[in-house]
Amino acid sequence: MAKRKRYKRTPIVRPKKYCRFKKSGIKYIDYKNPDFLMPFINEQGKLLPRRITGTSLKYQRKVAVAVKRCRHIALLPYVADQMK
Amino acid sequence: MAKTNYESVVVLTPVLSEKMMQEAVLSFEKLITENGGELIHKENWGLTKMAYPIQKKTTGFYQIFEFAAEPDAEIVDKLELAYRRDEQVLRYLCIKLDKHAVKYNERRRNGEFNKPKKADAPAAAKPVTTEKSAPVAEAKVSPANTEEEE
Repeated sequence: MAKRKRYKRTPIVRPKKYCRFKKSGIKYIDYKNPDFLMPFINEQGKLLPRRITGTSLKYQRKVAVAVKRCRHIALLPYVADQMK
Repeated sequence: MAKTNYESVVVLTPVLSEKMMQEAVLSFEKLITENGGELIHKENWGLTKMAYPIQKKTTGFYQIFEFAAEPDAEIVDKLELAYRRDEQVLRYLCIKLDKHAVKYNERRRNGEFNKPKKADAPAAAKPVTTEKSAPVAEAKVSPANTEEEE
């Protein structure tokens, strides 16, 4: 096995993520508004992980439930090729 | 015992005429009120496009009920049974609302959210009961509903 050359990484400075629900004081996530849920799903209609959206665990759970409800009443697709 | 708030969304087939749809909605309403439920709010979105076809139909009549009832009255069971028996119902969803949701719905009803629900939807599809405000969560802006609707 060839030895891989190690690069010294320069740290990438990214703006700190924050939970948008905590920041703006939203307590309830409406499942009837697909437009509001759009930032939390990818273009295939899958839920985005917390590490990307920055949502806190408490609200990520609520987002997940809201998206699932929204899918059930056919306001969001379960599967999509390109939705954005 | 304290009453619990519930919310129920029903999707009815687009095959129905406006009148038949109203009738179906009325029957569900009656079921709620006759079983001791207190109808707080109802909303009709009219014919709405769905994200995926259900029973080969791409649109549906959306109807939303918000009601308060005793949890002992098993009103949700009865309502869901009625939905299941009704062939006009494509989809239904009944949920219990927590205190934040109740508050949120109240604010939504009072039009505190400034975005109209379906800006691009045909205006003709909107019945009288349609609430125009949309649940936009960045909601601290004062209502500017009326201007956008015109």
